[in-house]
Amino acid sequence: MSSGLPPALVFIGGALVLPFLKGKTQTGFLLLLPVIGFLNLLQFSAGIHGVVSFWDYQIILARVDRLSLLFGYIFHLITFLGAIYALHVRDDLEQMAGLVYAGSALGVVFAGDLLTLFVFWELLAVSSVFLIWNRRTREAQAAGFRYLLVHVAGGLCLLAGVTLQIHQTGSLAFGYIGLNGLATYLIFIGVGVNCAWPLLHPWLTDAYPEATITGVIWLSAFTTKTAVYVLARGFPGTEALIWIGAVMTAFPIFCAVIENDLRRVLAYSLVNQVGFMVVGVGIGTMMSLNGSIAHAFCHIIYKALLFMSMGAVLYRTGKVKATDLGGLYKTMPLTCICCIVGAASISAFPLFSGFVSKSMVMEAAALGDMRLIWFILLFASAGVFHHAGIKIPYFAFFSHDSGLRPKEAPWNMGLAMVLTAGLCIFIGSFPGPLYSLLPYPVDYEPYTAAHVVGQSQLLFFSALAFTLLMLSGIYPAEIRSINIDADWFYRRGGRLFYRIMDRALNGLNERAEQVFSLELAGWLGRRSRDLPFRLAQILLYPLWLARGLRGEELQEKNLALQEALASGASPVGIGAAVATAFLLLFFILSGLV
Amino acid sequence: MSEPTPKEKQYLFDKPANIKWMFRVYYASLVLLLVLDLFLPKHANFPWENWPEFYAVYGFVACVALVLAAKYILRPLVMRKEEYYDE
Repeated sequence: MSSGLPPALVFIGGALVLPFLKGKTQTGFLLLLPVIGFLNLLQFSAGIHGVVSFWDYQIILARVDRLSLLFGYIFHLITFLGAIYALHVRDDLEQMAGLVYAGSALGVVFAGDLLTLFVFWELLAVSSVFLIWNRRTREAQAAGFRYLLVHVAGGLCLLAGVTLQIHQTGSLAFGYIGLNGLATYLIFIGVGVNCAWPLLHPWLTDAYPEATITGVIWLSAFTTKTAVYVLARGFPGTEALIWIGAVMTAFPIFCAVIENDLRRVLAYSLVNQVGFMVVGVGIGTMMSLNGSIAHAFCHIIYKALLFMSMGAVLYRTGKVKATDLGGLYKTMPLTCICCIVGAASISAFPLFSGFVSKSMVMEAAALGDMRLIWFILLFASAGVFHHAGIKIPYFAFFSHDSGLRPKEAPWNMGLAMVLTAGLCIFIGSFPGPLYSLLPYPVDYEPYTAAHVVGQSQLLFFSALAFTLLMLSGIYPAEIRSINIDADWFYRRGGRLFYRIMDRALNGLNERAEQVFSLELAGWLGRRSRDLPFRLAQILLYPLWLARGLRGEELQEKNLALQEALASGASPVGIGAAVATAFLLLFFILSGLV
Repeated sequence: MSEPTPKEKQYLFDKPANIKWMFRVYYASLVLLLVLDLFLPKHANFPWENWPEFYAVYGFVACVALVLAAKYILRPLVMRKEEYYDE
């Protein structure tokens, strides 16, 4: 049983070395690290490696099997491609954050126990937020904070679940979990936050479009896919996932059709595509799990490609809204072609990567006779072509001529896009190698005449719908606007909460200040200042009355007593008498009680 | 496509002839797909997959429904000014 260094440590270690390197050395190091990591990964044989004892528990840093390996391969691959794309970036913080983020994703995927899983899960959130903040715009800063808060909340939910689970089972083991009891539900929901489940999703569509041009490549790859991995490992065959996934495939396409920011359109289609994976995990057959994992693999590549092409447009023009773009094919032909390859892949055109992976999930749903699910998935397949397949390339590169004539993407971005596009076509045309890496034996042939023609019909006639709606002017015009989403509840709702708290708590605070520090304290101060006088008066008054003092004389005595006590000039005897009276009173009272 | 200024280079889709040509190829492929569907053997999981031109009709109807729903139902509900959250 051979083994290498735990995969996460290669990247995280690399991130610590990176800031000490400068210029070309740093560039070379950044490119070399994923290669070294990949070679390291090839050293592993299936099994448990990297075991560390921790109190009575065993921490497993590298649980290697076909499922974790496939995610390991694709994470290394996308880190490499993302590094080429980001070669021009001279920013230690961003490069380090990217490497730690990639390392954390590998940490989750190879975690053999719940504690390791949780630690890397948190590190994912903390490292990735720098890829958003580093855009250094006000929007990115705000979106980054919201992103972090949502992930911290999700992480706490996971932590609660993990803690309960360990307490209940007495073991750290991370294998099949399934839904039974509070602990597992908490883990399920914690993972669901990162998986961008409906209503839990807006962190993604809020923050990814604000991230840096290069950072979003990694963002689109790691967080949601590690969540899919954890679901595939811990919750395969959980029926709820079928429905959650189906909703994920369907609702974002409506939002994407009317969205103006093209990177946000991509974020919505990301949720839509992850939906297919979640459905596959929920169905839980060998075919569907293979489909989910294969789709995660393909999706990471073509989604990166789409974000790369929009990133190149943003890099060259500073704009990424449909209303600002158009006609860019004229001067950015390479970016345009790569974008179209990505669009064809996400739309699952025959010969492009989505075709060979998404169809396995659909086939599994059909074999399970899940009619409604199948119809929803088919609707989502047509819809994703509509918004990601057509809308993205059309509004950026064709449509009305924006008059912009930017230069073609820089060479490193171009190279990364060409390599990524090549992979999309290679996997789509020759699915064999990918199929051979899947966790279960593949008994599926995507290239049947009926499948090719059926899928082509679906897509070509979706395009016909787009063409006719466009020509007739019914297609919704791009408008400078934003569309509110479920994040409204914490963005506007948060403000409302703040205002209510402001009114309620600050109001309470003011009242309290008024009552306690101004009125009550003054009253107490006045009272305690003449307390000795009052007490002495109570004691002496009967005496004076008994001695027959009345009227003027009584007033004089009274004034004399007040002055004597205020100036501290009272005869010692009076002080002692008062004290004795106090003690006496005390004894009597305590005797009564 | 707007008319290019006289100085500027002519690009692929600046010529209306090219656009016309592209649309012809596209419509021809639509017809080809419709015809192919009638003659190819099918291995359907569901009975409706055997209906002639099922996928073409579904794709078309689904996308029209999608766009209409997005434009007339969703957009009025969720669209706000770009500064909505800054106020």
